[in-house]
Amino acid sequence: MIELQNVRKSYDGGKTFAVSDVSFRVKRGELLGLIGESGCGKTSTLKMINRLEEPSSGEILVNGENVRQQNAEQLRRNIGYVFQGIGLFPHYTVAENVCTVPELLAWPPSAVLERCRVVLDLVGLAPAQFADRFPSQLSGGQQQRVGVARALAAQPELVLMDEPFGALDPITRADLQEEFKSIQRQLELTVIMVTHDMTEALLMGDRIAVMKQGKLLQIGSPTELLDAPSDPYVRKLIEMPKRRADRLDQILDADSHRVKQHD
Amino acid sequence: MTENLSEQLALLPEYFRGHLALTLFALFIGIVISSPLGVWAAQAPRVKRPLLTLVSIIQTFPSVAILALVVAMLGGRIGSLPAIIALVLYSMLPIVRNTVTGLENVAEEVVTAARGIGMSPRQILTKVRIPLALPVIIAGIRTAAVWTVGLATLSTLVGANSFGNYIFTGLQTRNLLAVTVGSLAAACMAVILDSLIGGLQWLAVNRNAGAQTARYRAVKVLIMIGLTSVLGVSGYSLLPDRKVDFVVGGKGFTEQYIVAGAVEEVLQEAGFTTEQRLGLGSEVVFQATANNTIDVYLEYSGTVWSNLMNREDNPGREAVMSEVEAYLAAEHGMANLARLGFQNLYALAMRREQAERLGIRSISDLKPFADGLVAGGDLEFFGRPEWISLRDTYRIDFAEKLTFDTTLMYTAIAEEQVDVIAAYTTDGRVAEFDLVILEDPLNAIPPYDGFLAVSGDAMNNRLFVETLSSLAGKISDEVMRNANRLVDVENRPVTDGVRYIREALTE
Repeated sequence: MIELQNVRKSYDGGKTFAVSDVSFRVKRGELLGLIGESGCGKTSTLKMINRLEEPSSGEILVNGENVRQQNAEQLRRNIGYVFQGIGLFPHYTVAENVCTVPELLAWPPSAVLERCRVVLDLVGLAPAQFADRFPSQLSGGQQQRVGVARALAAQPELVLMDEPFGALDPITRADLQEEFKSIQRQLELTVIMVTHDMTEALLMGDRIAVMKQGKLLQIGSPTELLDAPSDPYVRKLIEMPKRRADRLDQILDADSHRVKQHD
Repeated sequence: MTENLSEQLALLPEYFRGHLALTLFALFIGIVISSPLGVWAAQAPRVKRPLLTLVSIIQTFPSVAILALVVAMLGGRIGSLPAIIALVLYSMLPIVRNTVTGLENVAEEVVTAARGIGMSPRQILTKVRIPLALPVIIAGIRTAAVWTVGLATLSTLVGANSFGNYIFTGLQTRNLLAVTVGSLAAACMAVILDSLIGGLQWLAVNRNAGAQTARYRAVKVLIMIGLTSVLGVSGYSLLPDRKVDFVVGGKGFTEQYIVAGAVEEVLQEAGFTTEQRLGLGSEVVFQATANNTIDVYLEYSGTVWSNLMNREDNPGREAVMSEVEAYLAAEHGMANLARLGFQNLYALAMRREQAERLGIRSISDLKPFADGLVAGGDLEFFGRPEWISLRDTYRIDFAEKLTFDTTLMYTAIAEEQVDVIAAYTTDGRVAEFDLVILEDPLNAIPPYDGFLAVSGDAMNNRLFVETLSSLAGKISDEVMRNANRLVDVENRPVTDGVRYIREALTE
């Protein structure tokens, strides 16, 4: 579905590389978590896939076709994109935001309306209640549901997500992660999701790619990464959620003993 | 007072019409030109800085200078066109600047999102950036509207009717009521336009959150009604002016208003329809007559002699007049239709008491005392050829030379702050303040014969020529001075001055 071949990106004419020699493949229907600390090149990698940025060298293929041989705007319209910090149009209603891409693709109006209703239902926003509201009248979680609905409106096979749930409170984030994962399975979407939260990557990703300083350190399923980390950094990163869960268990355990003693 | 007020209010519809039409026309053209320029500048950094610098520089030009330059560039054409061009130039800065600022300040993440979902640069501009920048752009238009209403008062100087007619006529003829009416009317128009455009801005800001509220709908309806009525009224303003036979022009001081009024009455009694274009700059009224926009106005031989012919010598009253006539005919197709009889000269004047004490009757007598005396002149006198000529001919200079607004100059000599002033021979205040005019035995000051300058077109109408020729020699220095005095000193309306002149004509 997607293939990156020796992709490099330099913002200073080749002195330093934000992305250096990254290659990987993502299969159809797979969700790849692209993880790393800020500045590691994960967002640049994502943006090169729909040509929001151009690679300095290397090739990117979507469905076997080189993206650079396609019209950038057409390419982007066929790839869903969920933005960091949501990025809804503040002057458009929920429905107008969601319909933007089908309208850019010149769908017939009745199909646009129908599709709008379907995707709003899909992300759990009742169309009758939400269609005519403006983004400023929604909670953060509702806004990102609209963001997801907009990305899915034109029925893309591929969706790119740039830290989509980063700005949300923990409970809302957990709900949305779960719901999006089930939507992704149901629609068999191919997704690349940039995140800096290993728990999120583990919970949602079929595979995880770890990047550091522009390089791809390791790519594999959560189990592969846990069992055979290729690098101390990968080990530390992947063990973090488990270590925290264990620590949490201990605390809860100790707590429950104390409660029992008081009984 | 009430008579004066009703006289002023009778003029209101015409001035209102003119002012509103000028303002809206200029504002509309300003928006049409400036907002695309702003959009362009926001996209192209190479255009932005030079453009913003240019419109800022235009703004720093004195508005009167811009008006004069526009008239000159249009080959002396006066009326609405030069006024609108000048107003459009002035409206550019706020609209261009706010358009650029508004477009640049659209949140980066929204623009990125628009790119990311596949909008083309044009779609990003029209669907995202412009709509989001709209409140800021409208704020710029709002500023431009208020400036334009204010500056439109200056259109009077180039012969377009506006509330400025009240203000300039009022200032010159010391009719403070007229000044007040004109200023209040302009202020009201500015406030109304400002609140209407402010309402549009409010709608643009609140269209998201408040689209459904009753208040939003109410404001929307109110603004629609307001805008429709303003547009309706201005549509009426744009009705073509009725065609008149002759246009009477005039510069911006009392004597000009009075003579123009008398000329107009005489023409109307001969059966012609007329209209006035008064309060014009000296250069403007001359150019307009040369190109037949104005048919007749009061000009002075000395003005043509020194300002247009650039002559500094003084061959005497008759020789100057005939050379001026030859020049007007040859260079501008204009003619002297009637030499009225009076001269409006610059002349040195002193308080009678002081002049008698020092035994001064002529400028030659003044010479031994001059370096101990303080002189006052109007804003231009000490830069004019008349003063240079006086200074060089009599080899005279004063201890101090002060410049004043004309009215204040007379107050200054009355209160002994200055000893000598450059007065005008027909000025009613010379008599009022008991001043004596010093003789000029060496003819240092060129003659300033008042005459009716007439356009080439008007000279072809025989009845017109016959009618106005009858005024030749009918207005003496004394008649003119008394008529001026009625207005300037006794604060009577210009119409009283006109009546006084008409009585002198029939004698």
